[in-house]
Amino acid sequence: MNPINYLYLSALLFTIGGAGVLVRRNAIIVFMCVELMLNACNLAFVTFARLHGNLDGQIIAFFTMVVAAAEVVVGLAIIVTFFRSRHSASVDDASLMKL
Amino acid sequence: MDHLIGALIGAPLLGAGILLVGGRRLDRVGHWIGCLLAAVSFGIGAALFADMLGKPTDQRTLTSHLYSWVPVGGFRADVAFQLDQLSMTFVLLITGVGTLIHIYSIGYMAHDENRRRFFGYLNLFLAAMLLLVLADNYLLLYVGWEGVGLASYLLIGFWQHKPSAATAAKKAFIVNRVGDMGLSIAIMVLFTTYGTFSFGPVFAHATGASQAKLTVIGLLLLLGACGKSAQVPLQSWLGDAMEGPTPVSALIHAATMVTAGVYLVTRSGAIFNAAPTAQLAVCVVGAVTLMFGAIVGCAKDDIKKALAGSTMSQIGYMMLAAGLGPIGYVFAIMHLVTHGFFKAGLFLGAGSVMHGMNDEVDMRKYGGLRRYMPITYVTFGLGYLAIIGFPGLSGYWSKDKIIEAAFAKGGTEGWILGGVALLGAGITAYYMTRVMVLTFFGEERWEPAPDPDKTPGVEPGIEVHPGELPHPHESPRSMTIPMVILAFGSVFAGGLFSINSAFLKWLEPVTGHSEGHSPVSTWEVTAATLVVLVVGGALAWAQYGRRPVPVTAPRGSLVTRAARRDLLQDDFNHIVLVRGGEHLTRSLVYLDHSLVDGAVNGTAASVGGLSARLRQVQNGYVRSYAVSMLGGTAVLVAATLLMRAV
Repeated sequence: MNPINYLYLSALLFTIGGAGVLVRRNAIIVFMCVELMLNACNLAFVTFARLHGNLDGQIIAFFTMVVAAAEVVVGLAIIVTFFRSRHSASVDDASLMKL
Repeated sequence: MDHLIGALIGAPLLGAGILLVGGRRLDRVGHWIGCLLAAVSFGIGAALFADMLGKPTDQRTLTSHLYSWVPVGGFRADVAFQLDQLSMTFVLLITGVGTLIHIYSIGYMAHDENRRRFFGYLNLFLAAMLLLVLADNYLLLYVGWEGVGLASYLLIGFWQHKPSAATAAKKAFIVNRVGDMGLSIAIMVLFTTYGTFSFGPVFAHATGASQAKLTVIGLLLLLGACGKSAQVPLQSWLGDAMEGPTPVSALIHAATMVTAGVYLVTRSGAIFNAAPTAQLAVCVVGAVTLMFGAIVGCAKDDIKKALAGSTMSQIGYMMLAAGLGPIGYVFAIMHLVTHGFFKAGLFLGAGSVMHGMNDEVDMRKYGGLRRYMPITYVTFGLGYLAIIGFPGLSGYWSKDKIIEAAFAKGGTEGWILGGVALLGAGITAYYMTRVMVLTFFGEERWEPAPDPDKTPGVEPGIEVHPGELPHPHESPRSMTIPMVILAFGSVFAGGLFSINSAFLKWLEPVTGHSEGHSPVSTWEVTAATLVVLVVGGALAWAQYGRRPVPVTAPRGSLVTRAARRDLLQDDFNHIVLVRGGEHLTRSLVYLDHSLVDGAVNGTAASVGGLSARLRQVQNGYVRSYAVSMLGGTAVLVAATLLMRAV
């Protein structure tokens, strides 16, 4: 199977994730979409590693996983705290940071 | 003898230093210190004069190099003095008349609590004036020039509690500034042309410069001379300068400082000789001023202002003579010296009259004083005869020579200048007779002294009893003795100078002399002068001597009223210069507000408006930030790809 197809899949997943981040309001869904984008990137990295025949892309994919795990910990904690104080998980309710 | 030149200036400078730094504890002896040091300076001057007379004519110039002031590369400015016959004449006049006026001031300022400061300023003036005439280069001359300007300012404004005196001092200073600017630019042009300030090299190479440059230098020097010597168009300060104490008017604004312009023109004779246009300008300025001053002098009722108009007019004579070139230099200086005697004497006489009349200056409120002040009457009268050019007295010898020289210029110019000078002699006789008759003859028109509380213009120190008629009395001896000595000078100086053309021979090595070809003979000029003199005097007698004089001045004709206002000079200055200046500054302020501030404020406003728009982007919604991030990333990726493709 042509490895290029994995790149197409990666692009499709990234786009879906990006659209989800932009259009959805539920913080949990937005969060999942971010994860989707990160994993789309991982897929692209691994594909490139395969295409070029070296391990660079795979190593970066591991880094991304670590970062994503850390992000999930912090991000979910923020969402939970926010929900406790606002009784809402909508990102539009978190709009106080403006002039 | 060379080092004595420094001492000549040093003595009064030391006096000024002691008196001004010493403070109140010197109040008791201050005037004696001032007089002593002025007299020391005169003594040194006289010693140098005697020494100079003993030398052959061509070795009479003394030089003294004190130190290098600003030696920078090719630029050299030295503090060096040069004492030649011309400087010597001035030194004797300045220190001689100066010492007499110092002595007079002891009596005149006896009741003034600031007498010590007054003598300090007088000494400062002497030092600056001596520096001016002894400098051997233009830069040092300029130092003296500014020094006398400063002393003049301080002394005009000596009674600075009178607003009129404070204003007059400022006016004199500012008008002089215009002239000083001309002199300073002239010195700069001189330096760029000749590469030096020193008189010797400059005059030796004077003709080497281009005609245009010489004319520019000449005209700028003339501007400087006009400021200091109160010549048209910078004459307006002299009348107001009479706000100063009378000895100041006598010393600075009649006998010495105002002649600095004549000195400058005569000293720079080599330059003027090579620039006929500038020379003609000097003549024209002199001729215009001599008529201007004479006309103003005819209309003033204030005795000092009438004399100030006369000073202006007489200096106009000197300028006219100096502008004639080698025909006139000697006579300009000779008239300057004789004028120094009789004008100082006249002013001291006027001060004595004011002293006896509760400081009344309006001549219409004098009258009949000859019986009460015999010494003043006689000395003033001799000064009067001298200034109108009564045959045999000083003024006759010097003024007649100037009129002759003016005719000798030749051509139409000669006739015009000579005619003006002749007419001026007639007017001189008119206004001086008027002063004389109003003050010493006729009935007594005295008025009670004004209340000093209501009229702050009264000079301080003299006891004034409001409501009482003045008790005219002769002044103390310290005042009358200088007047008597000056009267002797007024009578005999001109005659002594003319014996065997002594003065001419004395100055000729410095200024040069040529006879010129007069279209009229000497006796014709003398006869014509005598005729206009008699006519002028008779007119004044007919107008003021034979009829009672009204105490309040009649309205007078249009010309009289204009002359009373200094021929509208101040009005002209006000409308053209003051208003013009105000309009200029106002339009500049407007430009500043609209253009400069407009640009600055406009920039600030547009930045503010733009940021208000940009602020809308910060709406707080995470999604919109995400969109901008996505957009930014897209742009970056697109740009990267595009760069690759290219």
